[in-house]
Order: sequence, then structure tokens, then C-alpha cells
Amino acid sequence: MSYAGTNVESSMQPNWEHFPHEADMGVRGIGSTKEAAFEGAALALTAVITDPAEVMPTQPVTVACEAPDDELLLVDWLNALVYEMATRKMLFSRFAVRLNDHGLQGTAWGEPVDVARHQPAVEVKGATYTELSVKQDEQGRWIAQCVVDV
Amino acid sequence: MDLNLLKRRGPDEWHISPRGKMRVPGVIYATESLIRDMDEKVYEQVTNVATLPGIVQASYAMPDAHWGYGFPIGGVAAFDPDLGGVVSAGGVGFDISCGVRALRTGLTVEDLQPVKEQLAEALFHRIPAGVGSRGKVHLDRHEMDAMLAGGARWAVGKGYGLHEDLEFIEEHGCMADAKPGCVSDYAKKRQQDEMGTLGSGNHYLEVQQVVQVFDAEAAPIFGLRKGDLIVSIHCGSRGLGHQIGTEFLKRMAVSAARYHIELPDRELASAPINSEVGQDYLGAMRAGINCALANRQIVTHLVRQVFADLLPQATLSLLYDVSHNTCKVEEHVIDGTPTRLFVHRKGATRAFGPGHPDVPSSLRAVGQPVLIGGTMGTASYVLVGTKESMALAFGSACHGAGRSMSRHQALRQWRGRDVVTELATRGILIRSPSLRGVAEEAPGAYKDVSEVVDAADEANLARKVARLEPLMCVKG
Repeated sequence: MSYAGTNVESSMQPNWEHFPHEADMGVRGIGSTKEAAFEGAALALTAVITDPAEVMPTQPVTVACEAPDDELLLVDWLNALVYEMATRKMLFSRFAVRLNDHGLQGTAWGEPVDVARHQPAVEVKGATYTELSVKQDEQGRWIAQCVVDV
Repeated sequence: MDLNLLKRRGPDEWHISPRGKMRVPGVIYATESLIRDMDEKVYEQVTNVATLPGIVQASYAMPDAHWGYGFPIGGVAAFDPDLGGVVSAGGVGFDISCGVRALRTGLTVEDLQPVKEQLAEALFHRIPAGVGSRGKVHLDRHEMDAMLAGGARWAVGKGYGLHEDLEFIEEHGCMADAKPGCVSDYAKKRQQDEMGTLGSGNHYLEVQQVVQVFDAEAAPIFGLRKGDLIVSIHCGSRGLGHQIGTEFLKRMAVSAARYHIELPDRELASAPINSEVGQDYLGAMRAGINCALANRQIVTHLVRQVFADLLPQATLSLLYDVSHNTCKVEEHVIDGTPTRLFVHRKGATRAFGPGHPDVPSSLRAVGQPVLIGGTMGTASYVLVGTKESMALAFGSACHGAGRSMSRHQALRQWRGRDVVTELATRGILIRSPSLRGVAEEAPGAYKDVSEVVDAADEANLARKVARLEPLMCVKG
């Protein structure tokens, strides 16, 4: 892992990190709940593009996803954010996720891309099924991760 | 990669014998040194592809192969619909028809010098690049569908470029049987501001010079001489292609069990060619190819406008336009019988040899130009397809250098400002909205493109024609 960070709302434990992929990047969220892990993965997604600390969480955008299992739901969540970033020309730095039996309801807070300030390195084309997993580790922490195509 | 996993069948040809659920062998074309540096994941992905229904002959990897998604990047595989063959959204990838086109300028390096800085600035300001950039061409619903059906042919009809460009684009600039109706409204919305944009990451616009000619027969036919100035454009189908890939990957992953397709990796998401999902994907993916062809055509038009202002004597004729991430219907000889196959190239270039009817008539005597993109600090190459390549890997070759270092490693090693300064001392002007992006794309983060190209040449996948070195690069 090369980069890791802490969500504004979490404790001092890092709740996201990147893991290496030869051509692209892996995003990983870590949390005491599945929801927190999904939120961390979203923050890791932003960190592929820019420093999340530079993104002001001023405008909320809501998304909803449905998928047959947790793993496909994670990919759907990240792809919904990729879509909102692409069509609204925005970046996000704060996330709230609610999971239910059928899917996910999420809110992302962010602001329009400011190229000079954000220095966005690369746009994410999509979240992939490579290295995709949503599971609990030995310590009971939820880990939600996949590789994203840039 | 562990060489013990492979059987060497030639200096640059390595075989993986079928085992387990593999239906055909795996074949990797590379030098011993490239093979040793290849990730074990390439081996795993080549063997996984070999398990898919209806695959014929072999699951191939090109010399630049690296760890991809489902398929390796640099993977080639063909499927026979009459044997239950599949089409795979993972086998095409997110950036449908990402590719390279090269334009001759009719100028030499000497012509460039007086306006070099102005040209770099003008290209940077006129061609939208990078995250959050918007194109100047906005399509309503009707025009979006017309573009998705017509590709570069649509663009030329709208005044973007010249009719004679179309002859030098694969499929003559228009992929047949595209179905805009199979492309979701989400994908179309994602594209509405993105026509005529470069994108980001490894996409670029370069002005290059021909520094070396290797093939005295093909180079004059391609119109390439040492000292010539060339413009190269590397970009793809933008948000529309990414969204098509995203949506069909899920649809195929979910439907695979219904079609009794066992996926060793969900990223290999596939559907039978002769199924509703398969046909829908083919219709949408072909529309994605047309989007990429139209996009490169519009960027070409913008480049021509810039040159007309600063170097009006430039001619800017199209050498060729190749696509990297596609599935195309082609006829290949299998066990002595011409067979209609669905050929997937994921990070691989079509490289048809001399005499092939799909090669433009003026180039047919030597074969198809194969454009290999390098980095902003090293070199790109023009190769030509060979007769042998048709039998070696369905007429395919490598597509670029491939990364040797992750983006984070690159960020730790270089600062964007230093990369720009160092390249400027070598006469290479870099223009980018993001210095972090420049650091992540530093030339040292890539494999040696020359070694990859030499391996393709030695393996007879394609033959070297010319080496091009960058003079300026616009990065997203």
C-alpha cells in the first residue's frame, strides 16, 4: 500500500488505502461496518484522482444502487460515483452509505472540479471486478475493495 | 513469470499446454527478458481466457502483455459462434476502441522551430484534455444516434475532416451493425460534453519527428522519411465507451450462469454471441467503436485548425488510425477452413498483412500500418503487418510499452515539474493541466517500448518501419 487516509468523520484509524495494480490502482475501504468500508472505498476512489483534503464537501448528490450481492453492489456504488463525477464535472470528499436488503442509498458531498486547485491526475473509467471483495477480516473489520480502471 | 510454467517453441514464442478446463493452449509472444518481467497474473489470465466457450486455436498474449481485468492487457482471443462462442465485455474493456492515429504533416523539424512554443500552447488550449474538460461539440439525441451509427463518416459529413481520411481508418471510419438503441441513456448523457476531447491518463496528443527508418520498402509507401514531422493522437470512446463497458460487464456477469458459462474470474463476463445479451452488447460496443472513431476525427479537425493558423503550409494527411480494444468479425483460416470468428483484442493492435482486402488499396502491397504509442520521453513506432501474423495471432501485434511501475510508485519517484523541466532540456515540450498527472505518466514508469517492438518484429507479428520521437506532448 502506498497511500492511506482518514475520513473526516471517523476515528484516527485510516479508513481507506490504495493497493498496487500494474497498470491501474486498487481502492480499499476499511471500517467497523460494511457501510463504513463502502464509504472508505469511495474516498480511496477520490484519492486516485486528487488529494481528498483539497475537495470541499459543499454540494450533496444522492445515488441509489441495487445488485444481487455485496461485491457487485460495491462496484455499482463506485461506478455511480464515477458517473456523477463525469456528468456533473464534480469531485467528492465526504460520503454516507445506507445499506438495506435490496441495495444501497448513498450521499456524496463535493464541489465542481477546479483544475488549478485539484490538479486532477486522471479520470477513472470504471470500477472493475478485479481483486473485488467485500468481507470481514480476522479482527472483525469490514474490507471493501476492487481495482479501478484509469 | 516463472519460465518453468512455459514451453519455449521459438526465440519469442512460449506455450502453455492445456490443463484443467482450458479448451486451447495459451501462447505468449515475447523475449525471454520480457517474459521474466511479466507478472504471474498474465499467465493466470491467459489460461482463464482459454477456458471460455467457443475459443479457437489459442489464447494469445502480445509482447507488451500485463495484468489486466479478466483478459490480460495485450490479450487476443477469437471465438466461433457455431461452436457456442462468446463475446466478452471484459475482453474488450472499458475504453472501447481506444486507439492511435498518425498524421503526416508534409513538414520537417526545421519548419517547426520558429513556432514550436506557440504550437504547443495552441494545441494545449484548443484541444480539451484532462479531468473535467468539456468538448465544443454538443449532440442532441438525434445527432448522438447518428454519430453512434456513423462514426468518423458522420464526423466528416459534419465538416470535421476530409473524405479521403476515411480510407485510412479501420472499417473505413464506420463500424457496421452498430445499434445506438442498445446504448443506454446514461452512456449517452456521459458523452454529451465529451466529443472531441482527449481524456486523461496515458492518452495524449504528440508532435513527433521520424528519427529512423528501418524498412525501405514500406516507409515510402507510408509516406515516411527521416526528419518528417508527424502528429499522433491517442484517445478513445470517452465516457460513452466506459459506461457501455460498465453496464454490460454487470449484465454479462449476472447472466453467465443462465447461459451455463463458468467464469473463473467475474471480469471475464461473457455471453454467447448468439444470445440476446451478446447481440445487445455487440450493437452497443460497435456504437462505442464509432464514438471513438468520431472522437479522433474531431480532434484531428481541431489539430488541423491549429496548424492552419501557425503552419499553413502543413498538409496533415492521415497515415492510419488503429483501435486497441475491440471485438470484430473477421475471417481467419482454422485447420485449413476459412472461418468467421469474433476476434477480441484487448490492448492489442490489428496488424493485417500484405494483400489483405481490409488494408487500404494504396498500402495493400506492404500491409497495414501498426501504430505503437510510447511515452512522452521515449519513442513511438510505426510497424507494418506481416503475412505470418495472420497465422500467428489472427493478424495482431502489441499496442504500446505498458507500465512497469504503479502510479503511486511513479508519484514517489518523480515530481511533475521536474519531469517537465527535464524533458524541456531535451527539446520536448509538455503541456498538461495536471503536474501530478505528468508525474504519474513519467517516461521511467513505462517499460522499454523498443524492447517490446523488437520482440514483435522478431516474432513476425509486425515489422518495424520507423521510429518517431516526441517534440511536444499534450497530456490530459
